[in-house]
Amino acid sequence: MPELATIYIMGKEYQVPANLTILQAIEYAGFLFVRGCGCRGGFCGACSTVYRTKDSYKLKVALACQTKIEDGMYLAQIPFYPANKAEHKISQIQPTTETLCALYPEIMRCISCGSCTKVCPQDIKVMDYINAAIRGDYKKVAELSFDCIMCGLCATRCPAEIVQYYVALAARRIYGAHIMKKAPHLDKRLLEMKEQKFAKEIEQLMQSSTEQLKELYTKRDIE
Amino acid sequence: MYPKEFQESIKKVEATRQARKGSDFPRLSLAERQALLEAFHPDYKKGTMRALSVGVNKGDKTPHEFANLFEAYSLIDPERFTIPQPKYSVDVLIIGGGGAGVSAAITAHQAKADVLLVTKLRIGDANTTMAQGGIQAADKENDSPAIHYLDVIGGGGFKNIPELVRALVTDGPEIIRWLEDLGVIFDKADDGTMLSIHGGGTSRKRMHPCRDYTGAEIMRCLKDEFLDNKIKYLEYTSALELLKDKNGNCVGAVLLNMENGEVFTVKAKTTILATGGAGRLHIQGFPTSNHYGATADGLVIGYRAGAKLIFIDTIQYHPTGVAYPEQILGQLITEKVRGVGAQLVNADGERFIYELETRDVVASAIIREVQERKKGIMTATGGGVWLDTPLIEMVSGPGTIHKQLPAMYRQFIKFGIDMTKEPVLTYPTQHYQNGGILCNEFGETNVPNLYVAGEVSGGVHGRNRLMGNSLLDILVFGRRAGRHAAEKSSKIANLSEGTLDHLKQYHAELQQANIPQERKSPMLLPDYRPKQFQGEFNFLAKLRQ
Repeated sequence: MPELATIYIMGKEYQVPANLTILQAIEYAGFLFVRGCGCRGGFCGACSTVYRTKDSYKLKVALACQTKIEDGMYLAQIPFYPANKAEHKISQIQPTTETLCALYPEIMRCISCGSCTKVCPQDIKVMDYINAAIRGDYKKVAELSFDCIMCGLCATRCPAEIVQYYVALAARRIYGAHIMKKAPHLDKRLLEMKEQKFAKEIEQLMQSSTEQLKELYTKRDIE
Repeated sequence: MYPKEFQESIKKVEATRQARKGSDFPRLSLAERQALLEAFHPDYKKGTMRALSVGVNKGDKTPHEFANLFEAYSLIDPERFTIPQPKYSVDVLIIGGGGAGVSAAITAHQAKADVLLVTKLRIGDANTTMAQGGIQAADKENDSPAIHYLDVIGGGGFKNIPELVRALVTDGPEIIRWLEDLGVIFDKADDGTMLSIHGGGTSRKRMHPCRDYTGAEIMRCLKDEFLDNKIKYLEYTSALELLKDKNGNCVGAVLLNMENGEVFTVKAKTTILATGGAGRLHIQGFPTSNHYGATADGLVIGYRAGAKLIFIDTIQYHPTGVAYPEQILGQLITEKVRGVGAQLVNADGERFIYELETRDVVASAIIREVQERKKGIMTATGGGVWLDTPLIEMVSGPGTIHKQLPAMYRQFIKFGIDMTKEPVLTYPTQHYQNGGILCNEFGETNVPNLYVAGEVSGGVHGRNRLMGNSLLDILVFGRRAGRHAAEKSSKIANLSEGTLDHLKQYHAELQQANIPQERKSPMLLPDYRPKQFQGEFNFLAKLRQ
């Protein structure tokens, strides 16, 4: 039997093996997740968890699937947050300095308290990208926010009621669609596809026997 | 932080590193590959599969874990169940909210269809989000869709369905442009040129990454676009069965609200199954890289409705799942790690396989190294081999890991392992369902008005999928199915009533085959609770009333 730890799930005490992640510990305690569990691999942000440890007032956050439990942890999950997403049409939107402020005027209310940055389980400089968003610096927002998994913890702590992750998503999409250069080799290939340049060659491959294909495959040159 | 017993082996890895840097390792011939697969790939392990005793694919072999779901009774008793009046009536019903389902929904909506998407978890809680390394498409000068075709079919053991492969490689370039237009940020040079890399089994560098968050970046843009289009959707809603009319057309589905247990129906002129994969079945006890909902539900309900399956005897084990620490056992270490220069080495610091062979081959070689040659590093949960990540910084320059593999760095540093300085321990993990429901190049199955897209479908990847072709597949066939289903629905004026007659027949077959009554499917969610807590889910209670 592995060493046991005591944890408190929404205030109730449970003894669980000390080597588990928060997610596994909650399951061990007998809970079946419907909400609050998504990819189990640190990519989806479904399992954002707020906790504190015994005798400490400090609130900490974690992704339940990527964090080992600690003895004396008081745990609660935030499986959903009623955040506002501004709708837009990506093809028609203009990448001006004011666009993000028009979509999300509340970003102007940022008081630079840094709560969002402090809470981010991905260690993203959230406040810095919100400041960049206010300035209309799309590139900076895109670079700083790229690793965001949209768990929403930043929004739960924001005194200005900003939904940082949606601001970042809008900025990144606008940057990707309107500011970054489109791939020039892709333009060329799309033209060739229109002219059916490879259709015949593919048709031939489709008609080839397995033996012929094996030979072509074995002989193909590798970049 | 690695335990002491690993440190000695790590010293050996460090000792051979300089000599290994930039060295070549011979690739295997097709015959050598086949021999390695037959000796060590889990698909070839005796006693792990059985022939199905019921349904369209009766007699075909499949892993016991799959067979247990196919050879099982519905959660609905069709003899007692009164089919409720439809709660929604739509042109296109899409079941599944990953990359395939969402791209199908956007495309069908833009083709003026009335669309409803339902998904068991949240939109985007899917394997799509977890795809890391990149998406393939032949869009560079030295590449072509024909070369891509050959890579795909060779990787798949020359068994792939040619029409499906053609669709995959031919649509590739336009899919990348579609993603660019949606605002997906690919790794690019300043002039827009894509930074592309190799994946296992590719003959050209055609993997387009977005750092190592490729799937997450694609999925969040797709989801945002979906929301911007104001398409109807229901989250935490799973499908229990498909509905068919007297003529055998699919006309919708019986659905379950996973939170309050409400069972309701949707009437639909066309239905697209985009329910994804099956990692959570833990075939042969393997851990998995898949998301929480990957339980093969779509395969099960499609099969009961008469949809034909293909290649259900082949599972993809990703060569490099996490083998240590145990807390993240089986999670993915993207193939991109090898793509940018990390080597696989055994406990003595020796290479044993060319790292970018196809996944089935590399996985087999790792299993051989640990099980037969006893050159693995043993852990409490099994064993593994080293993926020598510090080499990446030596080959591709300092800072490469932080810049190109931030998710991987995070995954390990949270447990005190710094992959820029220490290797990481790896072993194959259940990753992908190579086969699935057979479809044509428009996603149509043999059941009229039933479509499939994405991992639930089968045929395009043959017996082994290449890295980066799944992200492409879900978008190519999601869009094709969405477009075709929308068009088809516009030609259907009236829908006849939905029945569960097919289910009655299926149940009769099960009884004839003496399948135990208590065996039920679909699984809906994997149950990781200790035994004493396991049992019927609360949200199924209403079905029993």
